[in-house]
Amino acid sequence: MALLEVKDLEIAVAAGGALLPVVRGVSFSVDENETLGIVGESGCGKSLTSLAIMGLLEGSQLRLTGGSISFDGRELNSLSPNERRAIMGDQMAMIFQEPMTSLNPVYRIGDQIVETIRQHRDMSKRQASDRAVELLDLVRIPEPARRIDSFPHQMSGGQRQRVMIAMALACDPKLLIADEPTTALDVTVQKEVLDLMADLQTRMGTAIVLISHDLGVIAETCDKVAVMYRGKIVEAASAAALFANISHPYTRGLLNSIPVVDHDVEWLEAIPGRVPTIDETLPGCAFHPRCSMAEIRCSAEDPAPHDVATGHTVRCHFAGKGTV
Amino acid sequence: MLLYTIKRLLALIPTLLAASVLVFLFIHLIPGDPAAILLGDTATPEDVAALTREMGLDEPIWKQYALWLGNVLQGDLGTSVFFREPVLSVIGDGAETSILLATMTMFWIVLFGIPIGILSATKHGTWVDQMTSGGAMLFASVPTFWLGLYLILIFSVGLGWFPSSGFPSISDDGGLTNLRYLILPSLTLAAPNAALIIRLVRASMLDVSREDHVRTARAKGLHPAKVAIKHVFRNALIAVAAAFGFTFAALVSEAVVTETVFSLPGIGRLVVQSILRRDYPVIQGVILVIVVLYMIINLLVDLAYARLDPRVSLK
Ligand SMILES: Nc1ncnc2c1ncn2[C@@H]1O[C@H](COP(=O)(O)OP(=O)(O)OP(=O)(O)O)[C@@H](O)[C@H]1O
Ligand SMILES: [Mg+2]
Repeated sequence: MALLEVKDLEIAVAAGGALLPVVRGVSFSVDENETLGIVGESGCGKSLTSLAIMGLLEGSQLRLTGGSISFDGRELNSLSPNERRAIMGDQMAMIFQEPMTSLNPVYRIGDQIVETIRQHRDMSKRQASDRAVELLDLVRIPEPARRIDSFPHQMSGGQRQRVMIAMALACDPKLLIADEPTTALDVTVQKEVLDLMADLQTRMGTAIVLISHDLGVIAETCDKVAVMYRGKIVEAASAAALFANISHPYTRGLLNSIPVVDHDVEWLEAIPGRVPTIDETLPGCAFHPRCSMAEIRCSAEDPAPHDVATGHTVRCHFAGKGTV
Repeated sequence: MLLYTIKRLLALIPTLLAASVLVFLFIHLIPGDPAAILLGDTATPEDVAALTREMGLDEPIWKQYALWLGNVLQGDLGTSVFFREPVLSVIGDGAETSILLATMTMFWIVLFGIPIGILSATKHGTWVDQMTSGGAMLFASVPTFWLGLYLILIFSVGLGWFPSSGFPSISDDGGLTNLRYLILPSLTLAAPNAALIIRLVRASMLDVSREDHVRTARAKGLHPAKVAIKHVFRNALIAVAAAFGFTFAALVSEAVVTETVFSLPGIGRLVVQSILRRDYPVIQGVILVIVVLYMIINLLVDLAYARLDPRVSLK
């Protein structure tokens, strides 16, 4: 059994008495030492999916309306809040999209890392603080023994994201969820942070869920890929299989919208149209209004998942019937 | 920090000078001849003229000011026309009451304002929050004199738990038990300000709880209570500290009313009575003391602010 197994996950937003579905039947699994990439445009439900796994949906208008999340053989939704918190930050940790604001501005970064360690490990302040220095060194923050006394505002975005990674790694988690860890950083720093994560995975065997809207990043770093569109996984496969045989027009569109630097492209082919908002009801395939291949059938009937090869699943009426 | 404090204290001087001019002018614009008021209805015009000369009130106003300022700089705030005593000792007599009243009031404000504010924020949207927010709204809008009279009616006249007026010095017989005289007045004074702090703590905690770093704190697996105090309340305190400066200003004016309602021999009542008596030296002295206090409190608030928020640097 895989380390993390998400089955038919459903999340809805409570809005004026109604529940609007935003994540609709998402399933995937991640194993030790494996990186799963989740990719999709803004608003397709990537963050909500990761927050649901982490157990952070609570306390907002967001509701888990169905599905199961099993982690390390345990069904997370059946755990008590206490049992759930014992896992959070310890066996399962998360890095967020916004490095500039994800650290508490009033505490020294060392103390923030120490807080995580002491929450889950029986360590003295001294030991935990030594461990914090080690972790900062691990994420390649120069002069870590001095930097633990810095406040977040004294660090750059890239450094803060490293601190977030150090904090996430504090208790050697089995699963690391990284929600667009590099989106807010500039390109050179992006590469460093991604390399760092890959490096840590080789060293510690961590399973990683990497969320991004950049298919290029996913192609470089992931073993498996799930492409999400409007709350559903529309294409999923191993990275190798997916890029060898792209089978959903949306995945193709995402790929075409990546600038290819060495080809001297004049223009980028963006996917026309926009992601429908969550309160729009849309019969048929959610992508059909933007799809160049759409036929009458696509606006009437929602395509069921179809295996184009073993382990390569696609939700499209044209799946396996020629190139997209 | 020390350098900053010294700079700020030096900056007090020009502000104080400006304040003293304003106070002086303002008081001399109040209609009514102080000599005539002091001597009462039976005085002859000759007596009034003589006293006017004695008090130096026949001199041009700038000369009166210069004389007064010269004395103030030497630590002499003048002599009370009414008490015929140095102004400093008149103020000193009222200080015990006012300082104890202010301390007890602050105690209530912190005791009620902060925990109820935290409760209201953490139970946000539930009936607990609605009750406390509603109560806070009510107390924030109740006039001080009205609340004071009601407390007297219920707890002094009705239940007989607390005395309704006066305050024998704690150095007199009774010692610290005399503090019971200050319970109703300090509660009266605290109520609207505690209500303000409740609403402020609640609002800033709700603001902070939507910030990204709170989600990080939850992702660490911390207990919700720990998140609420260590991460939400601690950061909300920055905004709350800033408000304490304003609270002090409100407190001074409300203290005047409260001390009058409860007949407390404090500085607030002294101001009111001195205005009625046209006791210029006392009014000027008290206002000067209040201005200095206000500026010191604001300095303390700024220092606290810098302590609470590492992003603020004092320059
Ligand atoms: N707290 C919330 N209340 C109401 N709606 C929400 C909330 N959070 C997210 N949503 C909605 O749910 C949908 C999915 O949001 P989500 O944050 O998962 O998108 P995402 O794929 O992570 O996008 P991005 O790339 O911009 O981060 C969006 O349409 C968003 O508007
Ligand atoms: Mg997101």
